[in-house]
Amino acid sequence: MAPRASTTSKKSPQVSPPLGPVGPKAVKDLHERMVRIRLFETEAGKLMEAGKLPGFLHLYVGQEAVAAGVMAALRDDDQITSTHRGHGHAVAKGVGFREMYAELYGRVTGACLGRGGSMHINDLKRGMLGANGIVGAGVPIAVGAAFAARYKGEDSVAVTFFGDGATNIGAWHEGANMAAILGLPVVFVCENNGYAEFTPQSGHMLLTDVADRAAAYGMPSVVVDGMDAVAVHQAATEAVERARRGEGPMMIEAKTYRFFDHQGVKGLRHPYRSDEEVAEWKTRDPIDLIETRALADGTATRAELDDVWQRTRDEIADAIAYAEASPPPDPADLLLNVYSG
Amino acid sequence: MTTTTEAQAVATRKLTYVKAFNEGLAQAMREDENVFVAGEDVAGYGGVFRMFDNLLDEFGPRRMIDTPISEAALVGLGVGAAARGLRPVVDLMFMDFIGVCLDQIVNQAAKMKYMFGGGLSVPLTITTASGAGLGAAAQHSQSLEAWLAHVPGLKVVMPSDAYTAKGLTVSAIRDDNPVVVMLNKVLLGSSGEVPEEIYGIPLGRAHTARQGSDVTVIALGRMVGEALAAAQELAAEGVEIEVIDPRTVQPLDTETMFASVRRTNRVLVVHEAVTFGGLGAEIAAQIQDAVFDYLDAPVLRIGAPFSPVPFSPVLEKAYVPDRARIAQGCRRLLERS
Repeated sequence: MAPRASTTSKKSPQVSPPLGPVGPKAVKDLHERMVRIRLFETEAGKLMEAGKLPGFLHLYVGQEAVAAGVMAALRDDDQITSTHRGHGHAVAKGVGFREMYAELYGRVTGACLGRGGSMHINDLKRGMLGANGIVGAGVPIAVGAAFAARYKGEDSVAVTFFGDGATNIGAWHEGANMAAILGLPVVFVCENNGYAEFTPQSGHMLLTDVADRAAAYGMPSVVVDGMDAVAVHQAATEAVERARRGEGPMMIEAKTYRFFDHQGVKGLRHPYRSDEEVAEWKTRDPIDLIETRALADGTATRAELDDVWQRTRDEIADAIAYAEASPPPDPADLLLNVYSG
Repeated sequence: MTTTTEAQAVATRKLTYVKAFNEGLAQAMREDENVFVAGEDVAGYGGVFRMFDNLLDEFGPRRMIDTPISEAALVGLGVGAAARGLRPVVDLMFMDFIGVCLDQIVNQAAKMKYMFGGGLSVPLTITTASGAGLGAAAQHSQSLEAWLAHVPGLKVVMPSDAYTAKGLTVSAIRDDNPVVVMLNKVLLGSSGEVPEEIYGIPLGRAHTARQGSDVTVIALGRMVGEALAAAQELAAEGVEIEVIDPRTVQPLDTETMFASVRRTNRVLVVHEAVTFGGLGAEIAAQIQDAVFDYLDAPVLRIGAPFSPVPFSPVLEKAYVPDRARIAQGCRRLLERS
């Protein structure tokens, strides 16, 4: 698909494009990344409901195709900045279940030694520059990571994930313009799940496509079906390769949906979306979509797909046991890492 | 890395405060290829205060980057680049502009190492110009060190003369933490002895600018010079005041202050920022907590009134503490016992 730079284009999200360069191996990879996210999240939700986890939990379930599709286009040395709904990005980037669950539990073995929690998981070895508790704040940081790559003569790229609501934040606009004017290798990925917390898109911006905002900074953009991992992956591959070639930033808007609430797993005080709407989106579950497709075209057998689920379940059971057996941080180390040196 | 220490550095000529800063920055850039400068009009124009003069000629556009007027993205650029191993120097021109990018300073730069479980450092230097005295009014004249010193993870330095402008800047750049360098606008053109070689002044160590036996004056930034002037006035009256320049307000070297209080038994804290909630309150509280038994009078604070910085020169002069108010404060302290 050709990048667009027009504010007038209102093209519909693309649905199930031909596999093209995305072969069977890539489809299996996308499937596995999504299953890993789904099971990590649903199990985390159960732990939260059981009262085992402190703090907040913003579940990613429903949006798996975005993280999987983008991360499958990246190398380990490519950097990402994430959002407060960051588990899916971390899992897809390859962060281990053990340190992630241990962090949710606030244990010293966690990804942040129990200092960050759900909203701040990072893994520098995997290029995961952190989930972020401040909406939009990761955008300029990704610009800085991309700047560093170019400064050092490396060809890694930076991807910044954000929601539709974050594009109303000043840091988003400043970061987009900064990336564009400096021509930096940054891919802007909008996970448009239709809601900024509890406010629908129509209540916080007058645009239909958030991607239109990219045009204001001279940045090409594309709108994709965020429930279709293959579509996301193809768009991401193009944007990443474009950035790697030194052709500057690009924006991808993936239209997606979160199956759980903004935060937590329980019911809401005030319904902000209808059961019908949720049910409608669930008919387009991104994992169902890729499994149907893989089975239909012979990419995988049911047994192979089931094996992915089972292996992941086993790995998660191990990780939760590890987290629960891990000690909490020592209060004597409260001031650890406030400063370097 | 050059290991010249403060003690080894020998002053051989006079330099202005802004040129001392510029020289320290240039030497730090020569010392470490990972140091770069980004900011508004820092490269082509050399900075509105000429802080970055001639650096584009030597270091080129790769290391001297003019950015849009986008303070949040500018600091964020620094945070991301620092997390990836560079040593960014980002310039905020006027300190008042930090409101635009406080999230990136407070929630990102300051907390990243801690919240990441220590796996990285953020060796970011933020340079900015603070203080009143140029008739720049309330949005271009503030001293906001207390805002920043309150945030765990940040360091804040306030050079009081040309010598410290160079040495603290070099140390800020070499430091692995986010450091805010608050240059003082009125001091930019002032001259002092500055060694030619590169040297760092240790962060978190106070300097006794003048020794005295009767009153300890702890003065921040530009107030150090005012306190030294007040000391001359008081010496004529037979009063010897000791002037302590913390140099770094976060971390704060309280031990040097406590030792001085044990000798003089009287303390005046003076800063340009408003008195309410200022660092004077913190310093006074720490002194009464640690060395109360040595005090012959309550700790006295002098700062600005609780008002925005006024524009009119007459009002601005009345707003900023000066040598006369410091001298008067010392006399009051001596009258208390």
